[in-house]
Amino acid sequence: MAETKRAVERPLSPHLGIYRPQINMVMSIVHRICGSALYVGTILLAAWLIAAAMGERAFAMVSEIFGHPLGKLVLLGYSWALIHHMLGGMRHLLWDTGRGLQPRTADALSWLTIIGSLALTAALWAAGISLRGGL
Amino acid sequence: MSQRTPLGKVRGLGSAKGGTDHFWMQRVTAVANIVLVCFLIGLVFTLAGADHGTVKRALARPEIAIPLLLLVLSGIVHMRLGMQTIIEDYVHSEGRKVAALVLNWFFTILIGTTCAFAVLKLTFGA
Repeated sequence: MAETKRAVERPLSPHLGIYRPQINMVMSIVHRICGSALYVGTILLAAWLIAAAMGERAFAMVSEIFGHPLGKLVLLGYSWALIHHMLGGMRHLLWDTGRGLQPRTADALSWLTIIGSLALTAALWAAGISLRGGL
Repeated sequence: MSQRTPLGKVRGLGSAKGGTDHFWMQRVTAVANIVLVCFLIGLVFTLAGADHGTVKRALARPEIAIPLLLLVLSGIVHMRLGMQTIIEDYVHSEGRKVAALVLNWFFTILIGTTCAFAVLKLTFGA
């Protein structure tokens, strides 16, 4: 009776693939992706700090990498992920208290997370560029 | 073969007492990170493009070094807990899951130690 020992394929509850994307679930996924990106991106912070501690040459090397257009693009993405994860986290802290869970409010908060993070990131970089007269 | 469900086996034995620790620490560090991440953004914004001497002197100042160390501490606890949740959600094979959880500890401790070492070296010189 080898067949009976095989794991039974039980039906699973419907998962992501079956739903029309909604702002809450998209923001939930983006929150996770941002969190993972920030996790890996701590290497950037560690590299910056350790280079500053090691000396002039190491710092010049790291500065050159961060100053390269690709480096700046990574930093732009990192700053957005940081701000987005922070705003998303604030939303979750509010939800933890039981507030803001009505469908309309929850949707509005999710939209606020994405729009707010894009606006704040744009404002941050615009301020930096205008203060220094260029990228 | 026993017909008892896992729930039935543990019912009445009391809680394991540590059940809310993950949730609670994730929230405590989240609140701390709101303040500390704003500090980091401000710091990087101010120091972007600065020369080595300026950055070195700035990072050695206690009002900068202390929040930075706090951010590193709060940050690595928060990211370890977050990544643990992701691993437990998506890695189903027991062996790979345990390996990933161990690597999660190693990575976060490595990042934390590296950052803390750098800040302390800049602060105390040598």
